[in-house]
Amino acid sequence: MNITRRQLLILLPAAAVAWESVLAGTPEAAPNYNMTDHWWSMLIDIPKCIGCGNCVRACQAENDVPDGFFRTWVERYHVTDWNLENPQVISPDGGKEGFPVAKEDAGKYFFVPKLCNHCADSPCTQVCPVGATFITPDGVVMVDQKYCLGCAYCVQACPYGCRYIHPTKKVADKCTLCYHRITKGLTTACCEACPTGARQLADLKNPKDPIHAFLKTHSVQVLKPQMATGAKVFYNALDGSVR
Amino acid sequence: MRLFRDAGHLFRLAGLFAFGTLFILTIRSFLVPRTFGEYGHYRGAAIAEVAAHPARFAGHQTCETCHTDVAQTKAAGKHAQVNCEACHGPQAKHADDPSSVDPGKPDTAVLCVRCHEASAARPKDFPQVNAGDHSGGVPCQTCHQPHSPAIGSASAPASAAGGTK
Repeated sequence: MNITRRQLLILLPAAAVAWESVLAGTPEAAPNYNMTDHWWSMLIDIPKCIGCGNCVRACQAENDVPDGFFRTWVERYHVTDWNLENPQVISPDGGKEGFPVAKEDAGKYFFVPKLCNHCADSPCTQVCPVGATFITPDGVVMVDQKYCLGCAYCVQACPYGCRYIHPTKKVADKCTLCYHRITKGLTTACCEACPTGARQLADLKNPKDPIHAFLKTHSVQVLKPQMATGAKVFYNALDGSVR
Repeated sequence: MRLFRDAGHLFRLAGLFAFGTLFILTIRSFLVPRTFGEYGHYRGAAIAEVAAHPARFAGHQTCETCHTDVAQTKAAGKHAQVNCEACHGPQAKHADDPSSVDPGKPDTAVLCVRCHEASAARPKDFPQVNAGDHSGGVPCQTCHQPHSPAIGSASAPASAAGGTK
C-alpha cells in the first residue's frame, strides 16, 4: 500500500486520537451513585465489640489482604487502675483468630477495632510526592496503585499505622472502606460480618443516617484528635488510655 | 518598522522559546494521565478502578431473597442482627450461581466459641459460656438451633442438621 506524505500527515493524528481513547478505556459505571451526595465515615461502638475477629477475616477475604498485613485489626486493651497511662495492648495476628481467654482481675478489658480513619485532612495524602493517594469527593482515602511508586512516605505519615507496602505489588495498600461495595449500596465487608453491630458504616451527608442521632446522644471520640487529622472513624465510649 | 529593525535575534529567541514550550507541553501530554486533575491532584480514573474490585460478601439482603425461611427464623430469635455471612463466610460466588457452588455448613465447634467462649475481656452483658463445662463436648447445635439459639425457640434444633462441613 502506498501512502503519500499528505495522507500520512492526516492519518497520524487520527491514529493518535484513536489510541488515546483505547488507553483511556471505559470506566466502571456505578449506576445511580453520585460521589458528591456522600461523605463516608464509620461508627465503632466499643461496648459492643466482643473481639471475635470476624471483621479482620472478612476484610482479608473481601480485599485479598496478604497474610500478616491488615487493613483492619482488633486490639485488646488491659488497663489497670494503678497504671492507667500504660495499658497492655495485644493483637495476636491482628485479632484474626480471636483472643486468648482473659481471667477476671483488677484491671479492665476492652477491644478496639482499628482501620483507616479516612481523615478529611489526612497527613498521608499530603506527603505523597506523585499524587498517588488522595481523598475522593465522597470522603474515602485511597491509593492509586498504578501510580504509586512504593516510596512508603505515606506509610510513615499515617499516625494510626493503617498503611503498609503490599509484599508482592510493592505499592502502598490500605482500607478502601470497601469502596467497591459502598458505591453499590452494600455495607463494608467488616460491617457485614460484625455479629454485634459494633461497626456501622455511616454517611454523614445523608440526613436520614442514624449516625446523626447517635453522635448527638453519645460520648463519641476520634483517635488522636490532637493531630487534627479530621478522622472520620468515630468511637463510642472510647477509653482515654487508647492511643 | 524601525522598532524591529535590529530585533532579528529577539525573534529567534522567541521562536526557540515557543518551540521549547511546545516541546515540553507535548511531552507532558504523553506523560500525564488523561484523568489526572479531574477531581484533584490525582488520577480520577483510579476511583473507578478501586470501585471495580469484585465483592466476595453478597450481603444479607441478597441471601434473604432466596432463604426467606431462615430469614424469618433468624428475625424472631436472638441472632436477629447477626448477618448470614458473619457465620457462613463470604458467599458472593454462591449467590451468583446457587446451584453449583455449595457454601457448606460452618463447623459449630469453631464457630460458636469465637463469640461465646467466656472471657473477662468481653462485654459483661454478652452471653458467654465456658464451652467445656457447659456442654461436656456435646456439639452446640444438639441443643441450640444456630439461627434461633434460645432453647425451646420456634424451630427444633434438628432443623439445623449437621455441624461439620
